[in-house]
Parts: sequence; C-alpha cells; structure tokens
Amino acid sequence: MSGTELTLGKAINAGLRRAMENDPKVLVMGEDVGRLGGVFRVTDGLYKDFGADRVIDTPLAESGIIGTAIGLALRGYRPVCEIQFDGFFFPAADQTFTQLAKLRARSEGRLSLPVVIRIPYGGGIGAVEHHSESPEAYFTHTAGLRVVTVATPEDAYWMIQQAIACPDPVVFLEPKRRYWDKAPVRTDGSVDTATPMGEARIVRPGTDVTLVAYGPMVKVALHAAEADTERSIEVIDLRSLSPVDYDTVYESVRRTGRLVVTHEAPVTSGLGAEIAARVTEACFYHLEAPVIRVGGFDTPYPPSRLEEYYLPDLDRVLDGVDRTFAY
Amino acid sequence: MADTAKPKATGKTGSRRRAARNNADSHFNGEKPEVLLDYYRQMLLIRRFEERAAQAYTQARIGGYCHLNLGEEATIVGLMEALQERDYLFTNYREHGYAIAKGTHPREVMAELYGRSTGVSKGWGGSMHLFDARTRLLGGYGIVGGQLPLAVGAALAITYRGSDEVVMCQMGDGTTNIGAFHESLNIASLWNLPVIFVVINNFTGMGTPVERSSAEPELYKRGSAYRIEGVRVDGRDVLAVRDTATTLVERARSEHRPFLLEAFSYRMKGHSVVDPAKYRTKEEAEEALANDPIAMFEERLTEAGILTDEIKKEIAESVKAEVADAADFAENSPHPEVSTLFDYTYATPVANESRRMPADPVFAE
Repeated sequence: MSGTELTLGKAINAGLRRAMENDPKVLVMGEDVGRLGGVFRVTDGLYKDFGADRVIDTPLAESGIIGTAIGLALRGYRPVCEIQFDGFFFPAADQTFTQLAKLRARSEGRLSLPVVIRIPYGGGIGAVEHHSESPEAYFTHTAGLRVVTVATPEDAYWMIQQAIACPDPVVFLEPKRRYWDKAPVRTDGSVDTATPMGEARIVRPGTDVTLVAYGPMVKVALHAAEADTERSIEVIDLRSLSPVDYDTVYESVRRTGRLVVTHEAPVTSGLGAEIAARVTEACFYHLEAPVIRVGGFDTPYPPSRLEEYYLPDLDRVLDGVDRTFAY
Repeated sequence: MADTAKPKATGKTGSRRRAARNNADSHFNGEKPEVLLDYYRQMLLIRRFEERAAQAYTQARIGGYCHLNLGEEATIVGLMEALQERDYLFTNYREHGYAIAKGTHPREVMAELYGRSTGVSKGWGGSMHLFDARTRLLGGYGIVGGQLPLAVGAALAITYRGSDEVVMCQMGDGTTNIGAFHESLNIASLWNLPVIFVVINNFTGMGTPVERSSAEPELYKRGSAYRIEGVRVDGRDVLAVRDTATTLVERARSEHRPFLLEAFSYRMKGHSVVDPAKYRTKEEAEEALANDPIAMFEERLTEAGILTDEIKKEIAESVKAEVADAADFAENSPHPEVSTLFDYTYATPVANESRRMPADPVFAE
C-alpha cells in the first residue's frame, strides 16, 4: 500500500497543506498559528509557504477569531480556526452557538458557513485544567454544528480536508495525547474517495459485545479488546460525533446484544448517554443487558498526578464489559 | 509598521545608567538602604525560585504547564510594595512570584507546583491556580482574561461594604485584546470601582509581538475609551514601579475609581518552560538578557555603595537556602489522596453523585 508514515499531528498538517493548495479560499487563523506554527506545531511551515494573508496570527481573542471566520465564510472563504486548547474555547461560545450554528437556518438556507474549528482536546499529557477537557457534548447538543474527531493519522489527513470541504460548520476535535502516534497514511485519492467523514468504522470485529469509542479512547478500547481473552469484543470508532452513524452502531449491537460506550468526558449528560438512549430505543429486543457507559468522573479536570485515576483506562473499560455480562 | 509599542528601552537604560553614575546617590534619595536590600533580596528570591521551578519541571517533578516570572521580578516587588496587606490581588497564570511577594510562604508555592497536598491550593491548582485567602491573593487564572471581571466584582463588594481596600488585577499584554478586558474596564469605570488593572507588557503574547496584535500598542492608553487614566512605568525599575503603583493605589482608594498601569519588562525565556522561543531572533533574546532587572538593580546598589560583596554573598546564600528548603518541603510532601478527587466539586453532598473510587468497578452496587 502506498503511504508515508506520519504522526497524527503531521497528518493534519499535511491535510491542511493539501486543502490550501487545492483551494485558494482556504485560510488558517488562530493564536500563534503562523510564525510559531501552533503550540502543537500542527500548522508548522504553512506560514512560510502560504504567507501571512492565508495563515493569520490573530490577537488573543477567541470570540473575535470565530466571529471573523463567520464573516469570511459569509463572503465565500473557508476559514480553519485553531483554538489553542479545549478549555480556551469557551470565550468563543457565543459566536459559535449563537451565530455559527444558526445562520443557515436563520437565513432559510441562503447563507452557508464552511467554517472549521480545530481544537486539541482531551487529557493524558499531564496538562491540567483548561488544557485537558473533552467538551464534545456542548457541541453535539447544538444543532447546526457537525462534530468529528479522529483516532488515526490517516483519518486525520482525510477528515481535515473533508471538514474544510463541508458546507456546514465543523468542530474538528484533535486528540492531543495521540498527536505523536505514528502510522502509514495513504495520500492517493481524494476527499470523495476517502471514507466519508460521517461514517463510523468497525475497527475490530467481534461477536460478544460492542464497544463504542472515539478520538483518544479508540486506542484504549482496542487494547482492552485485545486484553480480553474470554470475550470477543467488537470495537467501533465513531469518527463523527454529530451526526452519529447510528446504522453502524445498531447493526453491531443487534449482532452482539451488548453495548459499552466509552469517552474521556464526564459520564453525566455525555455523548454516551445519547447513544445509550438511542440504542435502547432502536435495539431494545436485541439487548441482553443495559448499555454501560465508561467515562470521566463528574469532577473538574484533576491535577496531573490524579489524571491517571480520572481517565478511563483498560481496566475500567473491561469493568464496563464485565458489567454487561453480569446480567 | 512603526515600532510604537516598545519604548527604546535599552537606550534609555544606557542614559539612565550614565546619569546614575554621575550622581549615584540621587536615585536613592531618601531610601533606606535596608529597604533597598530587602527589595533586592525579594527579587533574587523570585529569580532563584523560578529557576528551581524550571529545573524541577524538566526533572518531571512538576506537571502541567509552568510559566515563569523571569525578568519580571522588579515589577512584582514594586507592585506588591504598593499594596497594603488588606488589599486584594488577582493575577493570570504567571503568578508564582506574586504569591511569594504577597506573603505566601515559598514552601507552599513550591509544594503547589509539585502538586502536593501541602501546597497553597492543596495540590489541585498547580502552577496556574494559586489561591491564598490569608494573603488576599484571590487567584491565579489559567484562562486569559478570566480574572478581570472577577476583580471588578471584588471591587464592587468593597464598595458595597464601604471599606477602603483596593483590588489589583494583573494581566499580560495579550489580554488587552480579549473581550473581558473591555467589559471589565467599562464596568469598573462606570461604577467607580477601586481596581488597578496592571498590564505586564513583555512585548510578546506567547510568540506574537504586541504591535502585531494590538491596534493601540501603547497599552496604557487602552483605557481611554472608558475614561480610565493610564500610566506606563519601566517595569525593570523596582522603585519606579513602587512609586507609580503606590500613587495609583492610593488614588483608587481615596477617589474610588480604576486606573490602568502598564509595566514593561523583558521575558527572559519562552512563554512557558516547554517553549523554546524559537520565534525570537538572537538579537531579541540578547536584548531580553541585557534588560535583566536584577543585574540592573545590583549595579545601581553597588555603585551607591549599598550592596557590598559581603552583603551580596550573604543574600545569595540565604536565598539559595530558602529555595532549597522550599524544594525539599515540596519533595517530601504527600500527593493528594485519590479520594480527594470528589471532595470539593460541591459544598454539600448532591444526589446521584459518583463517589466510587477510581479503582472500584464501574457501577458497582
């Protein structure tokens, strides 16, 4: 297979580069994305090659960044905004929830907002509060936003391009603890031939229980599945968090009869709750046990020394699997 | 683009240094030598503390992010000298030195950086979130601009109570571009609240220079839209900072209104310990080192005959011991118990709260 080894971070960089080469209307903007190349170096080199007009170092003003991007999109540009860390998004919440998500509906489809908001999210790098959160449920709760996340370099490469090509606003969540994970990336083909952004993927087939994960937790889920020698665990990488590809999830659950959903975000009102409710509704007679959620605790993100206890790990995921077999 | 933001600092220093040499005593007119030496000691303590923190960070003793006050020591000591003990302080995430100068024991600050339960925030806040109600440090804040509206509220509380404290609210230069800055200045001015907004201008918001991020790069003028008087001071000069800040603090106290103080200094290293600051040219990095406030103060004190070799050695040794003691204390303190994960989310027990221990089975009955 043709493919170069890339880290997840470098794959996003390569995807951004290709999107910028293919479409002069694609702009990158954010705090320190230009000369510095971003805190995680995801935009490294773009400033040098595309110039200050297309890779824009903005003032420290998240609301201003998203709002300006909306204006650019209204007049035909495709801005890709970087929010430096998950916890830094909140000053931009008003522009995102009040304007970005709603302008298409408010204008009865006359306005199009192809804005991408890239956010490094999740924990696992000892980075404490504001730098470790998983805010996806805030976004998935808001109609009008598409929300995706990636677990592999190849998905990172293609999905960032698909997000940019998408006519709707897309919140593109990047699992920061996986930025340095390396894997081959196929770069031949196009955004149209790659797996569509909205599709979930069965990354490990199994027969006894379905384990749904996304972003940083896909790797944990795969490890858990491999570690369990007694049961055959099917792992689904959700990829798109809004909308969710329920067909893939339902089909799997109807085969296995059991479902565990895991994410780093706190369990209460998390995306797992929505999936559990939908699956209960659609697959009720196929379920052998209640849907189990394994997630972060209902606490603020803890200091780095307690992080390992906070994040769901292999043991907690397998505890969840055990639980579904206790019925 | 015209470089209007950055005062010709190096040049100024040269001429002032020459002036100091011509008349060494005049600069310290009326100053008690022991007070000057105390300032020097405080500055050196912050310097050595931060250097030790950087070392501990690279040794993975400190987790999270770690932003240092290196280069900002004169500003910190000058500002804290201007405050009374009863005055309140809000800061951003670059606040280790402020906590120490406001009166928190270096042991408790270092233990907090180490994430130990003996830290001033019980190990939960870390480098960016030091709180000390005893010294009226109402917090370091990790989100840019997060502290500003809070400082305004604390000042409103002072006004309601009819007491005479003042609130000082420190921030970096990049903060002047975020919405909360403008909302806070407007409210503080409109409601006549005693807040000193202090902008620490080190000319760089992480890697982006002030003149490329602020339409009015003369930051002390940014309160003008709210009729807030602004003043710029040389943040490398502890006495200038102290005197200017004292005037503003006392005016805020008696006149019941806010002020904006800009203090410029040079960040000696990257934005945080992990930032190699590659965006800086060699000249810029050298410029920062040439504007070391401690070296400058040391030179002046020596020229004035106040700082002798003997005193210098004595102070260096006592500071070294104090920092070593803080690091030892931190090192030998316990980490927070895992059970404390759940202790402080709510003031009272809440229904459905998950109190299971992380090692317990999920949804154990």
